[in-house]
Amino acid sequence: MTAFAHARRDSLTMLRRNLRHARRYPALTFSTIALPVIFLLLFVYVFGGTLGDGLGGVTGGRAEYANYVVPGILVMGVAGAAQGTAIGVAMDMTEGIIARFRTMAIFRPSVLTGHVLGSVIQTMLSLVVVVAISLAVGLRPNATALEWLAAAGVLTMITVAVVWLSVALGMVTRSVETASNLPMPLLLLPFMGSGFVPTDSMPAAMRWFADYQPFTPVIETLRGLLLGTGIGNDAWLAAGWSLAIGLVGFVWSIVLYNRDPTA
Amino acid sequence: MAAITVTGLRRSYGDKVVLDGVDLDVDEGTIFALLGPNGAGKTTMVQILSTLIQPDAGELHVGGHDVVHEPDAVRGVIGVTGQFSAVDGLLTGEENLAMMADLCHLDRAAGRSRIELLLADFDLVDAARKPVSTYSGGMRRRLGLPPALVGGPPPLLPPSPPTGLDPRSRRTMWHIIRDLVAGGVTIFLTTQYLEEADQLADRVAVLDRGTLVAQGTPAELKRLVPGGHVRLKLRDADEFEYAIRVLDPPVHDAEALAIQVPSDGSVRSLRALLDRLDHSSVEVDELSVHLPGLDDVFLALTSGVRP
Repeated sequence: MTAFAHARRDSLTMLRRNLRHARRYPALTFSTIALPVIFLLLFVYVFGGTLGDGLGGVTGGRAEYANYVVPGILVMGVAGAAQGTAIGVAMDMTEGIIARFRTMAIFRPSVLTGHVLGSVIQTMLSLVVVVAISLAVGLRPNATALEWLAAAGVLTMITVAVVWLSVALGMVTRSVETASNLPMPLLLLPFMGSGFVPTDSMPAAMRWFADYQPFTPVIETLRGLLLGTGIGNDAWLAAGWSLAIGLVGFVWSIVLYNRDPTA
Repeated sequence: MAAITVTGLRRSYGDKVVLDGVDLDVDEGTIFALLGPNGAGKTTMVQILSTLIQPDAGELHVGGHDVVHEPDAVRGVIGVTGQFSAVDGLLTGEENLAMMADLCHLDRAAGRSRIELLLADFDLVDAARKPVSTYSGGMRRRLGLPPALVGGPPPLLPPSPPTGLDPRSRRTMWHIIRDLVAGGVTIFLTTQYLEEADQLADRVAVLDRGTLVAQGTPAELKRLVPGGHVRLKLRDADEFEYAIRVLDPPVHDAEALAIQVPSDGSVRSLRALLDRLDHSSVEVDELSVHLPGLDDVFLALTSGVRP
C-alpha cells in the first residue's frame, strides 16, 4: 500500500472508533445538538419579539428575528462542537491507548484526523437538526439549491477550522476538565458579532471587534445565502478566516502531538 | 543475533537522572526480564525502546533498526502490551482487536480469523461483545496480550507481567509466552514480580537508580548473593547441642531442633558437609537445601548492598 492509502485507511479506522464512541455514549452528541437548539428557542420565543422590532424590517417582531438569528445559531452549533472535540482528544491523550497508537507503525496523525473527521460529521448532522427546527420555528429562507449547497460548504469550512483548533486545545492541557473549558470563549464569539443583533447597534469599540472577528463574516455570508442579504467581501473573509484558523489549529495540533509525551 | 542492543543509554528529566549509562543485549528468541524497584527507570527504558520518548544519549537498536533514527521501522517489529498501552475501554474486546487488525493493515478475512483464534486462546469468547470497561480485573489482564498479537506475532514484544491472574490462567499465559518464544519472538518484560522472571526469563537484569547492577541467568544471579544454606533437623536436644558444638552454625532454632549451615548448594559442598556429619556421628533426622530466590537477589542488589 502507498503512504497515502495507509493514511486514508488508518484515518478511517480512527473515524470508525470515534463514531462508535459517539453512538455508544450519545450524551456528548446530544448536548452539542441541544445547546444551539435551546438558544434558538430562547432567542426566538423569549427575546425575539422585542429584538425583532429593533431590526426594523418589513414585518418586525418575532418572525423577522427568527430569520435574523438562525445564521448566528448555526455558527454557535459549530463553536459548540469544539468542546466535544477537545474533550474527546484530551480523554484520548490521558488514557493509555494513545501509547499503543504511538508505538504502532501507523499513519501517526490518524488519531487526530479520525477525531477531525468524526467531529465534522457529527457537527454537520447536528446542524441539519438545527436547520430543521429553525424551519419549524419560523425560518423562511429564499435560498436556491445552489445557495443551500454553498451555505453547507461555508459551514463545513468553518467547522473543519474550529475542529482542528479544538484538537490542539484538547492537547495543550493535560487534564480533561481544562480541555472542556478552553473552547468556551468560542461559544461567546457569535454574541460578540453579528449573530444576534446587527453590529451597528453596538458602541464603537465593541462594534470594531464585532466587525473584524472571524465569525461575523461567516454569519453574514450564511445570512446572504439563506436570506438574500448583501454578501460583499464577507465570503472571501469567511474563507480566509477558516483557512487561517484551520492552518493554525492543524500546525499547532501536529506540534503538540509530536512533543515528548512524558515531558 | 541480538534483537535488542543498548549501549550507553542515558535519559534525564530535568536534573533528575533516570537512566545513567545502561548497556544491555537481548538475543533473538529469548525472554529478557528487567527487574527493579519502583522508580528504578524500568518504565522509561520501555518508553525509549518502544519509540515513545527519545534518549538523551546512547546507541539503541531494536530488530536491527535504530530506535532514534528509524522509529517507524522499529514500530513495525514491536508489539507493546499491558500497563504501557491500554485498550479502548468504550469498545468491546472484539472491537478493540478489530481496530488493531485494521491498524495492522490486515485484510478483513485474515483479521477475522486471527481475532477468533486469539479470543479462543485467551478464553475471551464470552466477553468478546462486552465493552472492556465492564471487564473484571482478570478479563482485562487476559486482554493485555492479544492486541499486540493481532498482526501476527511481532518479532519483539515487551509484555506487561501477566500478574494478578489466577494460577490456571497464569499457567496458560506462561504457556502462550513460551510458545511465542519457541516461534522466534523475543520478549522484553519488566517486572517487580520475581517468580515470573524466575519462571520465564532466560536472562535477568537488575536495574537500580538508573544503572544495571547485575545481569545474568536467574541461576547466575542467585549465586551472587549469600543466603544459601542447608537446614538440618536433629533428633533430640542432646543431638542439637552436639551439632552446634561440632558445626558452629550461625543460625539455629532450639524450638525446632534445627540448625542452618551456609552452603552454595553444590554437590561438592553437600558431600563435605555429609562427611563431616558422618565423621562426628551427628544423627540428623532431616536435611533440606535452601537456595536464595530472586527475591533475595533483588533485595540484596537494590538496597545498596553491592556484591
